[in-house]
Amino acid sequence: MSVMLGRDAGAGVPWVVIDPTSSRPLVEVRELWHYRDLLYFLTWRDISVRYKQTVLGFLWAILQPFLTMVVFAIFLGRLAGMPSDGVPYPVFSYLGLLPWTYFSGAVTRAGTSVVGNAHLLTRVYFPRVLVPLSATLSALVDFAIASLVLGGLMAWYGIVPARTAVLLLPLAALTALAATGIGMWLAALNVRYRDVQYAIPFLMQLWMFATPVVYPTSLVPAGWQPLFALNPMTGIIDAYRAAVLGTALDWPSLGISALSAAVLAALGAWQFHRMEQSFADQV
Amino acid sequence: MSALAIRVQGLSKRYRIGGAAPGPGHLREALMDILAAPFRRFGRPRAAADDFWALRDVSFDVQRGEVLGIIGRNGAGKSTALKIISRITPPTAGRVELYGRIGSLLEVGTGFHGDLTGRENIYLNGTILGMRKWEIDRKFDEIVAFAGVEAFIDTPVKRYSSGMYMRLAFAVAAHLDTEILLVDEVLAVGDLEFQRKCLGKMDEVARTGRTVLFVSHNMAVMRRLCGRGILLDRGRVVTSGTMDTVADLYVRPDPAGEAGARFDPRDRHGVGWAQVTDARIVDDQGGPAQGIPCDADLLIDLSIEVTDGMPAGTSLRGLVVELIICSDDGQPLLSLMNVDDTGVALPDARSCRVLVRLPGPTFVPGRYRINTFVGVPFLQHVDEVSGALTFEVGPPAAPWRPYELYTGRGFFCRKAEWTCLQPTAIALRWNETGA
Repeated sequence: MSVMLGRDAGAGVPWVVIDPTSSRPLVEVRELWHYRDLLYFLTWRDISVRYKQTVLGFLWAILQPFLTMVVFAIFLGRLAGMPSDGVPYPVFSYLGLLPWTYFSGAVTRAGTSVVGNAHLLTRVYFPRVLVPLSATLSALVDFAIASLVLGGLMAWYGIVPARTAVLLLPLAALTALAATGIGMWLAALNVRYRDVQYAIPFLMQLWMFATPVVYPTSLVPAGWQPLFALNPMTGIIDAYRAAVLGTALDWPSLGISALSAAVLAALGAWQFHRMEQSFADQV
Repeated sequence: MSALAIRVQGLSKRYRIGGAAPGPGHLREALMDILAAPFRRFGRPRAAADDFWALRDVSFDVQRGEVLGIIGRNGAGKSTALKIISRITPPTAGRVELYGRIGSLLEVGTGFHGDLTGRENIYLNGTILGMRKWEIDRKFDEIVAFAGVEAFIDTPVKRYSSGMYMRLAFAVAAHLDTEILLVDEVLAVGDLEFQRKCLGKMDEVARTGRTVLFVSHNMAVMRRLCGRGILLDRGRVVTSGTMDTVADLYVRPDPAGEAGARFDPRDRHGVGWAQVTDARIVDDQGGPAQGIPCDADLLIDLSIEVTDGMPAGTSLRGLVVELIICSDDGQPLLSLMNVDDTGVALPDARSCRVLVRLPGPTFVPGRYRINTFVGVPFLQHVDEVSGALTFEVGPPAAPWRPYELYTGRGFFCRKAEWTCLQPTAIALRWNETGA
């Protein structure tokens, strides 16, 4: 950066121009690149501070999806006899809960991140987008830890992961994209209307039941399934299961969900960009 | 051609004062208000009367290598200007051009987290200020040594003493080497020893040819560090020039006396059956006074009345009156009560005026505030006015010390007797030339 500076400063061209019209591009690559170390340290701060002064520490990252799975396995799997596409219900539901827990955790953290870092935003300039981005990135650590349990659970039931399990990486990236987009949208709204932070937990709960997390998509009438796939997490979670278990991937449904994730991410980024300049005045 | 570092043109910033509509009268309205809140921005635009211009058409240039000081009273727009130039908040109108990488220190320790160690906080804070990791790696030892926290570098900062914490925070900030630096009052931290170190560092920064924009209330520091100054008042540039001329203008008491010296009852609490209705700083003849020398007596003329409409026979008798003299930022310095043994009991009347004389020398030159308090001891909080009166204390009339007296080194204007015990065991006063 400072190398480039020498050239620019000598040329008599302003390094930065500040005016009210804000004709700044949606993504300032040069600036983001300069601040990449900050993204790293913000993410790392979130991770290292999260379980400070807890007894269980990172075990919390496992307990949350695991205990939820146990509850659903007892009530839906055993008592209600929920179908699970021929897979033991605990494995079936954990495969849904794993990405879902990441998604909802990332959206919640990102959605409250801007208000939560108000003291930074009002004191110093840096690309604001780093705040929700570091929130979704730090949630990835919990996701990775909880994934270890999946391995144990599958070994317990004697299920060998299919070779397609490598697809988990791009699928995780897609989940992160959807979570970041929605998280940014909510984060920007939360600056102006604090109602958002109270609505997020409720929204996530409803959203979970609108997603095939604890029930199979096959329960939804076939005619409704394309509409159902507009929920980005529908296609993603189905693809998770198919990738790990080696069953047929429903490409059209994944395609719709991926597209919808991309659209949501773009809308979220745009909304965030539109409002970020006034964050310091409104937060 | 001298190179430009910052160009500010016609900069204005408007704030909307929140809650413009009159407050909700009862629950139904309050609920409607809440329900309507998300849709309000689609409604009629707010009236211009709710607007507050924190900055109005401010222009100035800063040359490369120049150290410019911005001074002005609270609310003059100094911090708003810094916030716009450091890109924290956008301007409403105008334009700023920055010719170089900019770093802003509007606060030290931004982003410090108590649970993280000193080492971790240096990296976090450094990157928040815009440094790269390799820059911090290179300066790490220097930062730690400057702060003097080598032994505690791997201890969570929440276990640091407040002094250590501030030293570490400043140390990171002081090693930010951008071409342009914006600094807001960060020197007012730490003990005297560390303040001196900070000043030394700022001197060094100023001399290395970097451009610095400085905001502080501390005129002595400003005079020392800044070559040029700008005086802001209510969002506009009043004057600019050499720091000394601008600072002289700022320190000179307001001849009209409109900003202070007049009783201001806006912040009033208490049951209110009796109230302080006026408070003034006066001279020996009872006329209004302003900028009283710090070595003269301070006279406060106070009027207290039973509020109209109280039953006949209500009187001021038995009430306790207290004056709390505070520094400009609200720190209480001195309490004076009419029940002190030099005081006076309030008369059995519905109104009275009392004169309070605080023998000089009083306070170090600067701005002070008086809060008034009237009460029935142990029973009733009758009347309290925060910031009832703001007044200026001027420089001493008689010689005091060969340096400027300023509030950064303490508020009370006192002279001690100094005696040399060693090597001469006989006490000598310097002005008694060995008699």
